[in-house]
Amino acid sequence: MKRAINLTLLIFLIFMAGCATAPVQKEPVIPAKITVPENEVPEKQQAFYAYDPWEPMNRRIYNFNAVFDEYVFLPVVRAYEFILPKFAQTGVSNFFNNLWEISNLTNSLLQGKIVKVFNTFGRIACNTTVGLGGLIDVATYEGVKRENEDFGQTLGFYGLGPGPYLVLPILGPSDLRDTGGLVVDSVVYNIMLDALINQLDMDDTDEDILKYSLTGLYAIDKRHKESFRYFMTGSPFEYTMVRKVYLVQRKFLIEN
Amino acid sequence: MKRFSLLVFFIFILGGAWYQADAYDYPLKDPYVATVIGTPTEFQPKLPEKIDYKLLSFKVFPERDIPSVFWYQREFRYSLTYQKVEAPLIFVIAGTGSSFYSSSMIFFQKIFYQAGFHVICLSSPTSMNFITTASVTCLPGNSIADAVDLYRVMTMAWQQVKDRIKVSEFYLTGYSLGASEAAFVAYVDEQKRVFNFKKVLMINPAVSLYSSAKILDDMILRALPGGLKDFNAWLNRVLGRFGEFYKEMGYIDLSHDWLYDVYKTNFKTQSPKQENLATMIGFAFRISSDNMIFTSDVMTNAGLIVPKNLALGSADSLYEYFRATSTTTFVDYFEELLFPYYKAKHPELTQEKAIQIVSLHQVEDYLRRSPKIGLMGNEDDLILTSEDLVFLKDVFGSRAKIYPYGGHCGNMSYTENVAYMLNFFKN
Repeated sequence: MKRAINLTLLIFLIFMAGCATAPVQKEPVIPAKITVPENEVPEKQQAFYAYDPWEPMNRRIYNFNAVFDEYVFLPVVRAYEFILPKFAQTGVSNFFNNLWEISNLTNSLLQGKIVKVFNTFGRIACNTTVGLGGLIDVATYEGVKRENEDFGQTLGFYGLGPGPYLVLPILGPSDLRDTGGLVVDSVVYNIMLDALINQLDMDDTDEDILKYSLTGLYAIDKRHKESFRYFMTGSPFEYTMVRKVYLVQRKFLIEN
Repeated sequence: MKRFSLLVFFIFILGGAWYQADAYDYPLKDPYVATVIGTPTEFQPKLPEKIDYKLLSFKVFPERDIPSVFWYQREFRYSLTYQKVEAPLIFVIAGTGSSFYSSSMIFFQKIFYQAGFHVICLSSPTSMNFITTASVTCLPGNSIADAVDLYRVMTMAWQQVKDRIKVSEFYLTGYSLGASEAAFVAYVDEQKRVFNFKKVLMINPAVSLYSSAKILDDMILRALPGGLKDFNAWLNRVLGRFGEFYKEMGYIDLSHDWLYDVYKTNFKTQSPKQENLATMIGFAFRISSDNMIFTSDVMTNAGLIVPKNLALGSADSLYEYFRATSTTTFVDYFEELLFPYYKAKHPELTQEKAIQIVSLHQVEDYLRRSPKIGLMGNEDDLILTSEDLVFLKDVFGSRAKIYPYGGHCGNMSYTENVAYMLNFFKN
């Protein structure tokens, strides 16, 4: 029930963010002096082309994210950065990185990337024990770098294209394939987290509280690590540029 | 005997000059490589990773109705970094299209803060935020008008912060177009005297906005013999290469260090193709000018890119406008928007005269007789013609510090350059 209310609120907010989008047309429109003739360059050969059939919705969500960022997300992150000493912030980042290694492990395995499987396994073993439950990233000091694999990449590895571009509420740029991947990774992660929390022998309410706190802290840590700021590129075409950068970056990741 | 001592004297001087030229050890001798890569961290002075700064903003024209396509541009924004004690306040003006938040600006913020100054970083008058919120005409490019706009926001920023900082005196600097603008701002300050700048340093200025813009406009085509329609194929090729570099190096962030690593490992024996670097530089400039042209066009309802009177909404797709803008150059902007605007006001104005007005030649006399204004430039700056370089050396004389290489702004974070900048202001 609580979830349903949150969802309604979210949709309402996005709707509000999108509301300012229909200005009144007062005077007759006169065609622009410079236009690009249609079909001069086929769509797919345009440098910034992307398959984005849901662009109007995506743009509304993009704007919503920017507003959410400014009034909710970033103030929380700033408070977090102000309260927590730097080493503790690093500890939190390391802790969640270690938990999310599960995604690197399963997806390296699924793609048959044996070196990555071994590296990741070694990292988990090392950081969980010597690194005090993941708080210290000992493995990186030892020269074993963190891999970056997820189920979206696994799907891409087996030839699935990105599908339509998608901007997710709060989470930002994605595409249909990667969103599906994210769901799968999150399910795996949550199963693992539940199993770990079960080990702690707490009662149900405490378990719930712990889980929600971890989710909240994870979100803050994730935003804390991300330096991107909405509308700071100084370009009116930021949406298009971010889209391009996202898709290129994902392509690179899949090829690795 | 006299002649001999004169000879010895000359050899000594020349030797000194040679020695100095040799001693300058900025690592990238090719101006295109320097301009693209910049200065890797290992050649920069040690800087704090993060410093505290305030993001501040205010409304310059409270009455202005900003179109909803720019709904996120509500106020003029800038940053302040301050000392707890009394200190000089330095204003830094960003280069073409750049915001106060760009990586070069954050670099300047850090070095001047570390050297004990209060720092205010200002976006370029050609940036979207400045055009929409702080420019009277919304048509940047007219140096004097831009300087007056800058002077207004500087005065307002000073009003906003003067209660929280103690300022001993005022300094001014800027790089690239921001350097040229600094000259005009200093000129405006001579009349208005709000700041009475004690020292002004111009870092890699353009002499003529028009000719520098033209050089940069043309650069994008250097690797595109068939014209702009080949751009996508070129971009895909370059991205493909970057993908390979990523595989090799395990990460990609396009930072100075990453680019330098790529350069060191992959281009040891064979330099990267100059035309590719030129197209990269031209592309970066084209994006800046696209941003500016679209913004100015919408703000003035000129009907160049966006149909006249069309009310764009906050979630409308701008993709087709982006494509249309991409085919236009800075020179098109000058000829289609900027010049016609002033021509309508001053019918006697010719294009030659307009080009002259937006160059440092306009304030030549002032620059000649102002010992407080210094210049830092490079012999191989890509945006300068040889006449421009002669002009700068002639006008600034001993106040010009010209390095043998560095390209356009490539070396401005190099240790020796930074030392020169700080020394300029401190002594």
